[in-house]
Amino acid sequence: MVPLNYYLILSAIVFAIGVIGVLTRRNLIVVLMSIELMLNAVNLTFIAFSRFLGSMEGQVAVFFVMAVAAAEAVIGLAIIISVYRHRQSLDPQEMQLLKW
Amino acid sequence: MVSSETGIVGYDLLRWIPLIPLLGSVINIFFGPALGRKNAGALGCAAVGASCAIAFYVFFQLPAAGIFRDVIYTWIDSGSFIVNLSFQADALTAVMLLIVTGIGFLIHVYSLGYMGHDEGEARFFVYLNLFIFFMLVLVMADNLLLLFVGWEGVGLCSYLLIGFWYEDVNNTIAGNKAFIVNRIGDLGFILGIFLLVTELGRQGIWTLDFAELQKHVQILSPATIGLITLLLFVGATGKSAQIPLFVWLPDAMAGPTPVSALIHAATMVTAGVYMTARLHFLFSLAPATMSLIAWTGAATAVFAATIALTQNDIKKVLAYSTVSQLGYMFLAVGVGAFSAAIFHVFTHAFFKACLFLGAGSVIHALAGEQNMRKMGGLKAHMPKTYWTYVIATLAIAGIPLTAGFFSKDLILWQAFSHGAYVLWGVGLVTAAMTAFYMFRQLFLVFHGECRADAHAQAHLHESPAVMTWPLILLAIGSVFTGWLGAPEYLWGSRWDHWLEAIFGRAEHHGSMAAEITVTLLTIAVVAVGIYWAYAKYGTAGARIDEGSENLIYRLSLNKYYIDELYDFVFVRPFTVCSRVLAQWIDPWVIDGTVNGIAAIARGMSWVTRGLQTGNVQHYAAGFLVGALALLAYYIGQF
Repeated sequence: MVPLNYYLILSAIVFAIGVIGVLTRRNLIVVLMSIELMLNAVNLTFIAFSRFLGSMEGQVAVFFVMAVAAAEAVIGLAIIISVYRHRQSLDPQEMQLLKW
Repeated sequence: MVSSETGIVGYDLLRWIPLIPLLGSVINIFFGPALGRKNAGALGCAAVGASCAIAFYVFFQLPAAGIFRDVIYTWIDSGSFIVNLSFQADALTAVMLLIVTGIGFLIHVYSLGYMGHDEGEARFFVYLNLFIFFMLVLVMADNLLLLFVGWEGVGLCSYLLIGFWYEDVNNTIAGNKAFIVNRIGDLGFILGIFLLVTELGRQGIWTLDFAELQKHVQILSPATIGLITLLLFVGATGKSAQIPLFVWLPDAMAGPTPVSALIHAATMVTAGVYMTARLHFLFSLAPATMSLIAWTGAATAVFAATIALTQNDIKKVLAYSTVSQLGYMFLAVGVGAFSAAIFHVFTHAFFKACLFLGAGSVIHALAGEQNMRKMGGLKAHMPKTYWTYVIATLAIAGIPLTAGFFSKDLILWQAFSHGAYVLWGVGLVTAAMTAFYMFRQLFLVFHGECRADAHAQAHLHESPAVMTWPLILLAIGSVFTGWLGAPEYLWGSRWDHWLEAIFGRAEHHGSMAAEITVTLLTIAVVAVGIYWAYAKYGTAGARIDEGSENLIYRLSLNKYYIDELYDFVFVRPFTVCSRVLAQWIDPWVIDGTVNGIAAIARGMSWVTRGLQTGNVQHYAAGFLVGALALLAYYIGQF
C-alpha cells in the first residue's frame, strides 16, 4: 500500500502548480483551469485521508467539491465568454477598471 | 357647570373670540389673492367684528366677581405639572377684550380705506387678524405659558407689520430692531417664568395657572419673589417700551399708519401693563420691584416727553408720546394703583388710536408726507380729521372732562396720595410737556399757512367715510370713556368698582380737598403748556422752520443720541465679534479642523491605495500570503 505521505506530497505539488497558474497566467481560461487543478488537489487530499482513516466523510466532501467545481466551471466559462465578446481579450491584467 | 370652590364657570363661547380672527387670517392666507383686495379686506373686518360682538356679549354676561373659563384641551401633562390650553374671562380680561376687539375693529375698518390702493392688502389683513388673534390669546390666557404664546405672537406680528413694505430696506431694519429688542425683554420674561415654576415646584406646587398661583405664591421667600418680578418686568420693559428697551417703538413707525395705531393703542404695548396687572398678587409682594417699576415709569414718561418736544415727524411725536404715556401706566403700577393703570390703558387706547388714525389721514391726504414743517393749514381742507384730532389732543393733554384728564389725574393723585411726591412731581412736569408737544403738533399740522408744495396742495382732500367714521367714534370714546372713572368729588368711579374683584377695594388715602388741589395744579400746568405752545407756534407769523442751536434742543432733537449710544455699546462690539468669528474663527479654526481631518484621511489613503490595483491576480497573491501567514501561525502553535 502506498503510504499516505506520498499522496499528500503529490497533492501539495499539484496545489502549488495550481496556485502559480492562478497568479501568473495571462489567460483567464488557463486561470480557470488552474483553479480546477487546486480543487482537485484538495480532492486528492480528502480521498487519501478518507482511505487512511477508513471514514466516508472525506468522500462526501469530495462530492460537494466536485458539484461546486462543476457549477463554478459553468459560470466561470460563461463570464469568460461574455468578457471576451465585450473586450476581445482574456488578459486579466487588462481588467483593472475596478480600482480607486 | 359651576365649580363651587372657585366660582369659575365653564363657558364654551370664549374660544370663538380668538378663533374667528385666526380663521379670517388663515382663509386670507390661502384664498386672499383669489378673493381680491376688497373681499379680503371685508373678510378681515368681518372676522374682528364678529369677535368684537362676542366680546361685548361676554362682557354683559359676566357677573362682577365671576370668571368664565373655556378649557379646550390639556396641552402639557407631565406628572403633577399640567398646563391646559384654556381661555378665561374675568373683569380685567373683559376690559382688555373690549379694547383689543373694539379698537382693533375700528382700525381694521380704517385700513380698508388707508390700504385700499396697496397691492398687499390681503397680506396686510392676514397680519392684522393674526395680530388680533395673538393679542386675544395673551389677554385671555388662564396660565402664564399660554400668555407667553400670545406674548411671542404679537412680537412676531409686529415684526411682520412694521416691515410690511419690505421693498424699502429701512422698514425691514426697523422690523428687525423691534423683534430683537423685544427678544431681549422676552428672555427676561421666560427666565422669570422658569424661576417661578421651579421655585414653586420645589415647594411641591406645580402650576402656571393664574388662579392657582394667586393661592400659593405667598409660600415663596421675598427674595425669590423679588427676582421673579424683576425678570418679568424686564419682559414688560421690552414689550411696553420702557427704559432701557424703548428704542424699538419710535422706529416701529416705519409700518403703515394703521399698524402704528394697532401696536400703540389697542395691543402690543399694553401687554406689559396687562401682564403686571394680571400678576398683581405677585408684584404686590415685591416692594423693591414695585418701586423700581414706578421709577422706571416716571423716568420713561419724562424722558420720552422731552424727546417729543422737538420732533418734526408727525408720527415720531406720537410714538414718543406713547412711550411717555406708557411710563404713566407703569408709574401707576409701581405705586400699586393697578386699577388706575388699566384705566389709563383703556382711555389711552381711544385717544391714541384716534391720533394715529388722524395722522394717517393727514399723511394719506399729503401722499405720504410726514414732516410737520411741510404741513400747516390743513384745518380748512379736512374738517372731520381736524375736529377729531382736536378732541383727541385735548384728551391726551388732559383737559378737564376728557378721558385723558380722568385717567392721568387719577394716576397723579395715586402717586401723590401714596406719598411718592417726587414721582408725582415728575408726572406733573410730564403733563405740562405733553400738553406742549401735542398742541405744538396741532398748530403745526392744522393751523397757520399751508407749507406743502403746490402739487401736494392740489391733491389735498378729506379722507373717505370709511376712514373718518372710525375717527369720529374714537373721538367720542376719547371723551366719554373717561367718565367711567370719575373721582369721588364728581360722580364717583364705576371703574374701580368693576375691577374690585381683581385688585381688591381701592384704598382712599388723603382728603377730597387735597385731591381737588392736586387736580387744579395739574390743570394749571397743562394750561401753561398749552399757552406756551400757542405762543411759540400758534400765533400768526410764528417762525416754524428754525430750530435752535443750543445743546438741550439738539439733545432732544437727536433723541439724546440713545440709538447712537446703543449702537456704540452693544451693536458695534457685537458686529466686530461676529466679524472676527466669521472671518477668522470660522474659516481657520472650524473649517481648518474639518479640512485637516479630511486631509489626514486623504494622506493615509494616498499611501495605502496603491494596494488596490484592480488586478485580480494581485488580490489572489494577497490571499495566498494571508493563508500562508495563518498556516505559519498555526504550525508555530504546535
